[in-house]
Amino acid sequence: MRGYRSIIAVAVILALIPLVVTSNLWLNIAFTALLACLLGQGWNILGGYAGQFSFGHAVFFGTGAYVTAIVMTTTGINPWAAFVLGIGGGALVGAAIGFLVFRYGLRGSYFALVTLAFAEVFRVLANTMAITGGGSGLVVASNLRPEIFQQTSRLGAYAVAAVLVVGVLFITRALENSRTGAYFVAIRENEDAARALGVDPFGFKLRAIVLSAAITAMGGALYVQVFPYIDAPLMYGPRYSVEALLVPIIGGMGTVFGPLLGAVVLHLLAEAATMVTGDIAGLNLVLYGLVLVLMVRFLPRGLIGLFDPRVPKARLPLPRIAGRRRREAGDA
Amino acid sequence: MLEVRGLTKRFGGLLAVNEASLDVSEGEIVGLIGPNGAGKTTLFAMVSGFHKPDAGSVRFQGEEITGLSPHVLAGRGLTRTFQIVQPFAGVTVRENIAVGAHLRHRGRREALATAEAVAERVGMREMLDNPADSLTVAGRKRLEVAKALATEPRLLLFDEVLAGLNPSEIRDILPLIRSLRDGGITILMIEHVMQAVMSLCDRAYVLNNGAIIASGDTRAVASDPAVIEAYLGHGAAQRLRAAPAEAAADA
Repeated sequence: MRGYRSIIAVAVILALIPLVVTSNLWLNIAFTALLACLLGQGWNILGGYAGQFSFGHAVFFGTGAYVTAIVMTTTGINPWAAFVLGIGGGALVGAAIGFLVFRYGLRGSYFALVTLAFAEVFRVLANTMAITGGGSGLVVASNLRPEIFQQTSRLGAYAVAAVLVVGVLFITRALENSRTGAYFVAIRENEDAARALGVDPFGFKLRAIVLSAAITAMGGALYVQVFPYIDAPLMYGPRYSVEALLVPIIGGMGTVFGPLLGAVVLHLLAEAATMVTGDIAGLNLVLYGLVLVLMVRFLPRGLIGLFDPRVPKARLPLPRIAGRRRREAGDA
Repeated sequence: MLEVRGLTKRFGGLLAVNEASLDVSEGEIVGLIGPNGAGKTTLFAMVSGFHKPDAGSVRFQGEEITGLSPHVLAGRGLTRTFQIVQPFAGVTVRENIAVGAHLRHRGRREALATAEAVAERVGMREMLDNPADSLTVAGRKRLEVAKALATEPRLLLFDEVLAGLNPSEIRDILPLIRSLRDGGITILMIEHVMQAVMSLCDRAYVLNNGAIIASGDTRAVASDPAVIEAYLGHGAAQRLRAAPAEAAADA
C-alpha cells in the first residue's frame, strides 16, 4: 500500500540522529520531543482523525505512567509486562470515559470540558490516594536494568522512543488506509451524514478514544521507565494535556507526520526560549499557550497544511453563537 | 415495501407531523409534496431514524423498524439524503462516496473501486479527485445522491435533491433518478419542483400542517382543490376555476 516508504525514510533519519547527536543534553531533548510526539500521535487519532477535541489527554498519559509504576513497585514484575499493563490501563480508562461521554452524545466544547474535568479528577485522586503515593508521588527506580527495558542511558531511552514512534506511524498509516479510518474522518467532517451512510458514531468514537488512549498511555509508561519519579501535578496536570493537542496542531492534524513535525518544532522552540530566558518554572506553559493561539489564528492547518490543503483546520471547540449552521434534522 | 402508519411528532407545543400514513411499493417513485413547514423533512427524519416518533409505526420490507438508528437502517437498505447537502467537506469526492461504499465493502480498495463505479453512474467521473467543498451546488447535489447510492440501498429517501438547481441542471439529473428506479431502487422523494414531480413520480402524497391531505395519481393530486388551497390559500381553487371563465367573459 502507498505511504509506507516515507515512514521507512523517517525511521532511517531517526536511526541516524544518534550518530550526529552524541551529547546527553541533545539526546535528552530529542527524547522529550519523541515523547511529546507519542502523546500527540495519540491525541491525533481522536482529535485529528475522528474530530473529537480533547483537553485532558493527561488522564491517559498519567494513567499509563501510574499503572506501570504501581505494578512495578508492588509486584516487582518484569518492566516489559508493566509497560504493556500501563498501556492496557490507559486504554481501559479511555473506554470508560468514551462510553460515558459518547453514550450521552457530548460533542465539541462539552466533550473538551468533560475530558479536562476527568484529568482534574484523576489528578486530585492520585494526589490523595495511598496506592499512588499521595502527594509525595512514586519512585520506581531500585536497580535499573537496561536489558529488561529500564533505560539507564539517554541513548537507550532515545532508541526505545524512536522505535515506538515509528511503530505508531505505521499504525496511523494503516488506519488511514482502512474503513475505520475513513469512518473516523467521516464523523469528523459531518456526523449526521456519516450516520445516514451506515456509520455508527458511538461505536467508532469509542474505538478512536481507546486507540488514542492506548498510544498516549504508552507515552506515560515510557516516561516512567526513563524518569523514575512521578507525581500527580506533573502527570495529570495541564502540561501534557496541552502538549498532546499542541503538537498535532503545529504539525498538522489528521496527518501521519503532523505530530512528529510539531513535536520537533515545539521542543526546538522551547529549548531556544529556555536558552534566552533561563529556566523559569511555568515558562513552557506560557510559550505553549502563545504558540497555540498563533497557530489557530494564522496557521490553522499546521505546517503540513502549508503544502497540503486537505489538512483540516484546527478550530478550538468553542460554542459558535452567530452564524451557527442550522441543524438539518431539526428542520420541519 | 415501506408502510408508515399514524406517524406523529411533537416539538413542544407544535404538532409537526400528525398521524401521517403512507405506503411505497417496490419499484415505485413516490413524491411527497407540500408547502414549506408542512412537516415533510420531519416525516423523513422519523422514517430514516433521525427522530423518534411520538406515536405510529414504520415497517420496511415487512419488518418493524420504528425507532431504529439511522446506521442500522442504512445497513438494512434504507438510505436518505439531506435537503441541506452534507458533504464531508475536507476530503475528495472519491473519499466521500467511499464512506457510503464501506457499508457493503470492508476493504479500502474495494470501497474506492465501488466509489469510482458509482461516480461514473452519476456523471461525476471527472470530479473524483476534487475536494468536496470545491463543487458547485449541482455537483454537491449529485454527490449527495452518489453517497447514498454507494450504500447499495433498496429504498432511497431523497429530500429535495433538485432544489437550488437551474432548469438545465434539473433536466440533466432527471434521467439519473429514472435510471436508479430502472436499476431496482425504490424512491420516495420530497420535491418542490412540480414539473419534476409530474415527470418522475407515479404517485404523490401531499402533506399540509403535518397531515396527509391528499394522495394518489400525481396529476389528480396536483389538481385536487384541497391541495391548491394548501399552497395558495383559502378560496384559491375556486378563483382559479373562475379565472378562465372570467377571461372568456372579458373577451
